[in-house]
Amino acid sequence: MKLRRKRTSAPADATERFPAAPLDGPLLEVENVKTHFQTDRGLVRAVDGVSFSLERGKTIGIVGESGSGKTVLSRSVMGLLPKRGLVREGSIRFEGVELIDASNDELRQLWGTQMAMVFQDPMTSLNPVMKIGTQITESLLHHLDITKDYANETGISLLASVGIPEPERRMSSYPHEMSGGMRQRVMIAIAIACGPKLLFADEPTTALDVTVQAQILDLLQAQQRERFMAMVLVTHDLGVVAGRADDIAVMYAGQIVEKAPTRTLFAEMRHPYTEALVRSIPKLNDPSHTRLVTIGGRPPNLIAPPVGCRFSPRCPYVQDKCRTEEPPLISASDPGHEYRCWFPVGTPEGTAALERNRAAADAALLEADAATRAEAAIAGGSTGAGAGTDPTGGSTPGGVS
Amino acid sequence: MPEQPHSPAESILIDEETVGLEPDSSAIQIGAIEGGPEVARERRRKGLGFGAWIAIIWLTLIVGSAVLAPVLPIPDPVADSAPAADYKSGPSVDHPFGVDTTGLDVFSRVIWGARNSLFIGTVSVVLGFLVGGACGIIGGYFKGRIGGLVGVPMDIALAFPPLVLALAVVTFLGRSVSNVTIALAIVSAPILYRIARASTLSWSEREFVLACRAQGGKHFRIMTREILPNVLPAMFSIALLGIAVVIVAEGGLAIIGAGVKPDVVTWGNIIVSGQGELRDASHIALFPSFVIFFTVLALNYLGDVVRAKFDVRESAL
Repeated sequence: MKLRRKRTSAPADATERFPAAPLDGPLLEVENVKTHFQTDRGLVRAVDGVSFSLERGKTIGIVGESGSGKTVLSRSVMGLLPKRGLVREGSIRFEGVELIDASNDELRQLWGTQMAMVFQDPMTSLNPVMKIGTQITESLLHHLDITKDYANETGISLLASVGIPEPERRMSSYPHEMSGGMRQRVMIAIAIACGPKLLFADEPTTALDVTVQAQILDLLQAQQRERFMAMVLVTHDLGVVAGRADDIAVMYAGQIVEKAPTRTLFAEMRHPYTEALVRSIPKLNDPSHTRLVTIGGRPPNLIAPPVGCRFSPRCPYVQDKCRTEEPPLISASDPGHEYRCWFPVGTPEGTAALERNRAAADAALLEADAATRAEAAIAGGSTGAGAGTDPTGGSTPGGVS
Repeated sequence: MPEQPHSPAESILIDEETVGLEPDSSAIQIGAIEGGPEVARERRRKGLGFGAWIAIIWLTLIVGSAVLAPVLPIPDPVADSAPAADYKSGPSVDHPFGVDTTGLDVFSRVIWGARNSLFIGTVSVVLGFLVGGACGIIGGYFKGRIGGLVGVPMDIALAFPPLVLALAVVTFLGRSVSNVTIALAIVSAPILYRIARASTLSWSEREFVLACRAQGGKHFRIMTREILPNVLPAMFSIALLGIAVVIVAEGGLAIIGAGVKPDVVTWGNIIVSGQGELRDASHIALFPSFVIFFTVLALNYLGDVVRAKFDVRESAL
C-alpha cells in the first residue's frame, strides 16, 4: 500500500529535486572526484582527483590497465558503490544538479531513466532464474506508467533493435539459453529500455569473444547515435575506444594522466603511459611471433602510491624530479588536451630525459659488463696462476677449471 | 507446501527442453565439447530417478492416508477396538500393526498419528522457513546494522542445544500440538536463517543485483525479485531435511515427556506407549518407528535430489 503511494508520487519528487534541466551546458561534469575506501590495511585511493565533462550525445573513453580505478570511477559517478567505508569528495553534476551528496532515494529517480550501466560480464549480470522478457519489462513497468502488454511490445522491439533474432520467442528464454554476446545485447537492451541520457559501459566487451566485441561496440555506438545518448566507455583496450570515443581519458593509479580528443591523443600523445599503452597494441603489419611490447612492473599500491609522479617507477623517461614532485595537469597547445608529466613525450625535455636514461642504462650496462669481465679476469688469472704454479701441470684435476 | 519443491525442478526440465530444441544455442555447443553438461542434461531428462520416485510414493501414501484418516475404514484410534484377549497381540489380518496394551489398533493410531506428526513437522518448518528465510535475506542483504539486529536473536537461538530450547518453550507454553509446533519452529528458524543468509550473501554480490540497482530497483524489489528466487532452491532442500528432523524431534520430545500430551495421538506418543513393552510386545513401538524411519529417509533423499538439481544448474550457469 505504502509502496504504491510512493510510486505514484515519485515523479513529483523528481521534478522538485531535479528541476527542468537546462539544455545547454555539458550533461555530466565531474570535478576533482575522489573515491577512497577505508580498509583494514589503510585508505585505498581508488580514484584520486578526477575531472572531466561530457556533452550530450558524446562519448568519452576511459582507458587504463586493471586497478587504475576506471571501474570505481564509473560506479562512483553513478553513485552505485556500497556506502560502507566509502569516502567520496568532489563534485558530480548531472544536468547541472549536484549528485555527490544525493541520497539513494534521490539517485533512484535517475537510475535507469536518466543514466544506466552496461556491465562487464554478461554471464553474471542477468538473473539466472528470470526470463529475459521479465528482466527487460521490469524496469519499464517500474519507471514508466504503461500497461503490461505495451511493456511487452516495447521489450520485443528493444530486443529486435539490439539485433536479437526472433525477439518474441527470446522474451520467454532464460539467460543460460543464450551465448555471451546475446546476453550482452540483452543487457544493452535493458540498459537503454527507459531511454537514459547517459550510458556507462563498463568494459562491455572484456568478457566476450573477439569476433563479438566489434559487433557489441558497433551496436552500442548505433544505439547511442539513434537515441542521442552520451556514453562513458570504460575499457583497458585503447583499440576499443580509438574509433568510437570523442574524447579519451587515460587513467593511471586513480588519476587521469592524459586527456584529449581522440585524434589529438593518438597524434600527439604526451604522457609516457599513453605511449606505452599504444605501443602494447598488437599491430597487424608486424610479422608473426613478434614479441608484444609490455609495460614493465605492476600498477602501484593504491594505499601508498609512489611519491611524485605515480608512473615514475615504471617510466622510461623518469628523472629525479619525477620521484619527488607530483606533476600537475598541464594544458597542451591543443584545446582540451591535458597531461600530467614533467618530461612529456615528443617534447625536447622528454627526448632529453629519455636520452639521459638510455645513456645511463648503457653506462650501467657497460659498467656491469666491465665488472663481470674484471671478475672473470680475476678468476681466470687465479686459475691460470694456479695452473702455472702447479708442478704436475694440466694433468691434475685441479688444473681443469 | 510439499508440492512447491518440485516446481523449480520442473521448470528446469522445461528449460532444458527448450534448450534442446534450439540448435544454435551455446548450451548445446558447450555440451558437445565438454560432455559434462551433456551428461547432466541426460540425467535430468531421465527425470528424478528410481529412488526419488519411491520416496515420493511413500510420502504420498503417508500424507494421503493422514488426510483421509477420518474416511478410511480403520478402527477408532482412541477407543477400544479389540477384545480384551487380543491386547498386546502382534500383527494380524484385522490389526496389521498389532494391538497395543489398551486394546487400540496400532495401524489406525499410526495413521491418525501421522496427522499430528506431519502437521507439527510441516507447519513448524514452514513457520521457520518464513521467519528464518525473511530474516536471512534481510540480514544477508543489509550487512550492516540491520543485518546485526536481525542476526543477534537468531544467533542466540542457534547457540542453545535445539532439544533443550524446544523443551524450555514447551514447558513454558504447555503441551498442546500448536505449542509444540511453535517450539519446533523456533528451533528450525535459525537453521533456515543461516542457510538463507549465506546464500543471500553470495547472490547479492552478483552483478545482476547491481544491474537491478542501476536500473533504479528498490531494496524490497531486489530482495524479493532478484535474490529470493535464487535462494529458494537451497532453502527448499534444507526445509525438506528440516521436516524430517522435526518429526524425529517430536518423537524425542515425547520420550522425555515434553512433547504433546499423551492422550493426543502422535508418532512420538505411540512409541512412548510401547516403550515399556519392548520385550513382549515390541510391535507397538517398532511399527511407528519404522514409519518414522522411512518417512525421514524419504524426506532426506528428496532433499538431496532437490539440492542435486540445484547444484547442477549452478554449475551449468
